[in-house]
Amino acid sequence: MTETEFLLWVRGPALQIATIVFVLGIVARILQMVMLGRKANLAEARGSALAGGLRTMVTRSVPDKGTFQRSTFTIVSGYIFHIGLFVTIFLFAPHILLVDEVFGLSWPALPTPVVDATAVVTIITLLAVLIHRLKDPVMRFLSGFSDYLVWLVTFLPLLTGYIAFHRIGLSPTMLIALHILSVELLMVLFPFTKLMHTFSLFIARYYNGAIAGYKGVHS
Amino acid sequence: MSKDETLGEALRRQGVTRRGFLKFCAATASMMALPPSMVPVIAAALESARRPSVIWLSFQECTGCTESLTRSHSPTVEGLIFDSISLDYHHTLQAASGSAAEAARETAMEENHGKYILVVDGSIPTDNPGYSTIAGISNRDMLEEAAKGAAAIVSVGTCAAFGGIPAAKPNPTGAVSVSDLVHDKPIINVPGCPPIPVVITGVLAHYLTFGTIPELDDLKRPKAYYGKSIHDRCYRRPFYDKGLFAETFDDEGARKGWCLYKLGCKGPTTYNACATVKWNEGTSFPIESGHPCLGCSEPGFWDGGSFYSAISTPTEDIPKAAVYAVGAGAAAGVALGAMNRAKKQKSVDAHEKVTIDDLDKEK
Amino acid sequence: MQTELETAMLNVELGDELTYNVKPLLHEIRHALAKLLNDEGPTVIDLRSLPLAPGEEEKLLNTLGHGEVHASLNALGPTEVVETGYPGVWVVLHYNTDREVIGKFIEVCDIPDLLRSQQDDIREGLEQLQSGLA
Ligand code: SF4
Repeated sequence: MTETEFLLWVRGPALQIATIVFVLGIVARILQMVMLGRKANLAEARGSALAGGLRTMVTRSVPDKGTFQRSTFTIVSGYIFHIGLFVTIFLFAPHILLVDEVFGLSWPALPTPVVDATAVVTIITLLAVLIHRLKDPVMRFLSGFSDYLVWLVTFLPLLTGYIAFHRIGLSPTMLIALHILSVELLMVLFPFTKLMHTFSLFIARYYNGAIAGYKGVHS
Repeated sequence: MSKDETLGEALRRQGVTRRGFLKFCAATASMMALPPSMVPVIAAALESARRPSVIWLSFQECTGCTESLTRSHSPTVEGLIFDSISLDYHHTLQAASGSAAEAARETAMEENHGKYILVVDGSIPTDNPGYSTIAGISNRDMLEEAAKGAAAIVSVGTCAAFGGIPAAKPNPTGAVSVSDLVHDKPIINVPGCPPIPVVITGVLAHYLTFGTIPELDDLKRPKAYYGKSIHDRCYRRPFYDKGLFAETFDDEGARKGWCLYKLGCKGPTTYNACATVKWNEGTSFPIESGHPCLGCSEPGFWDGGSFYSAISTPTEDIPKAAVYAVGAGAAAGVALGAMNRAKKQKSVDAHEKVTIDDLDKEK
Repeated sequence: MQTELETAMLNVELGDELTYNVKPLLHEIRHALAKLLNDEGPTVIDLRSLPLAPGEEEKLLNTLGHGEVHASLNALGPTEVVETGYPGVWVVLHYNTDREVIGKFIEVCDIPDLLRSQQDDIREGLEQLQSGLA
């Protein structure tokens, strides 16, 4: 397979497979979770479950003081790399071009040098997060194979993207193909790993808030 | 021209003065992408260079490569370089035909065994040898025989270098490149559809001047010409960096000369000298004329997706795949959910309450 | 025949600086002139080895301007040798017999080599003159 053929495969059949696994997996898993449902609460409602649920989706996204002091690093680094991922994925001009091409949606991009700098910060933060996970005895105890796998498949697209943008080492054809492939790997693993938290996070927060809201208390 | 004449002598005999020769050397240095400070070295080397014998074989090709090289009617520098080699066989350009031509080829191969340069344009069919033959000899046999006595092989054009259009899907003739068949000779690939004429002669001039082959990249292309991508040397690059793209061939962006990436420009993945050497005696090159680069000097360029879609965009219908996946996902989700519920119900049904009596029995 | 600028205008409206190579080139010429003054030898810049946008070359040549010398010679087609407004900076344009450009150089030197009569040619000329007189 030549480099061009590889790029073509990555842009074509591989992307198709990855998209199918990604979408199918996510839809199936979300439905499965939602369908499990909850036992009917027979007690009389003392507040609005909906309002409580929605409120908690927001409030839980802001750490409270005590938690913040206990795990400052985890929270700060967590925020940095999540925002960094958002910026590099959704505000980089070529990525928006891609979405535009496929779905006909577009929005303004950040200047390329800003995204470039964000990518560097995000890469460094992700490395720090990994080191923290390996060094902290509790974190290490709690981590299994899939946690490291999730870290790797998140890290690879960033790294290959950075290298492809700066055209280091390999031919640009190969670099861009590897970058796309790394994203496809992420897409394929997404529904079956903790990466699902992107969606389940808000469902879980809603449930928590809704239970508390029904009881008329703050969660 | 006699075979033992040096190049300097040959040129002077054609009435080229010393000044003309200097000019010729300056243009040759420029052509070989060498710094102008090399001109005296080139002059000294060319002065005493012997004319090499060149055998040119054309296989599955369109003659575009030869056309690119010989299109000019006037004595250009390329023309002079071309005249200063001893072109002993080229079935489009030679006067002789039939068995006389083949005899000339055989004589040249014998006389200059181990010393001649073999130039090949066109790809070689490996399926049925009858797809392309010359004087009843299959392309493959002729190449293998001619390669034996060659000092070096120059694969001119994308077909000879990488298989090109004949090898494009579904490759009905089983076409392959020269380097797919010949492994024991130095091969210089000069891809392009067609290659820039100056690059063809630049390689010949390099051999003539230094008696060696130029430095090559991993696809065996001379680095002097193929060392940088079109994108790296494109004058529209500042627009790419600013995110200013032409969306169609006649919108405002196109008129303002913005980057052609969205129109399918393959500049970022194509290595060639078009952006600096340019075409038609340095007049312009495709991107300068407003057309995206097709990537013609890269392997498999013909099968690289549409010429008019950007290199990073999907080649398959992704939204359609996504829509089907949503449907399938919903079905799978509902099925899994139902299974889970059934399981839950079963465990609820199987649940037996423990009574005080049960606990007492344990005692 | 159209000038290169006109050709470029057909496709591109603005010929502003795009590659930003004009300024660095002028600096290179400045360094070369300083070198020439310090007896560190001449410099030749091949204009065809640089990526220049339509119009940029004209801009460069216009900035350099015209000086006192404008020579044309006829060897393998015409060649124009022009001293620019900056003494010591020459523009050498080689054409073939169809007047297509085959080389574009900026030479920073006392006088481009091509303008001197060449030893071999002088010798040949002398021989001819002698045999003519004999
Ligand atoms: S026109 Fe093509 S080569 Fe030029 S900057 Fe745009 S993508 Fe790159």
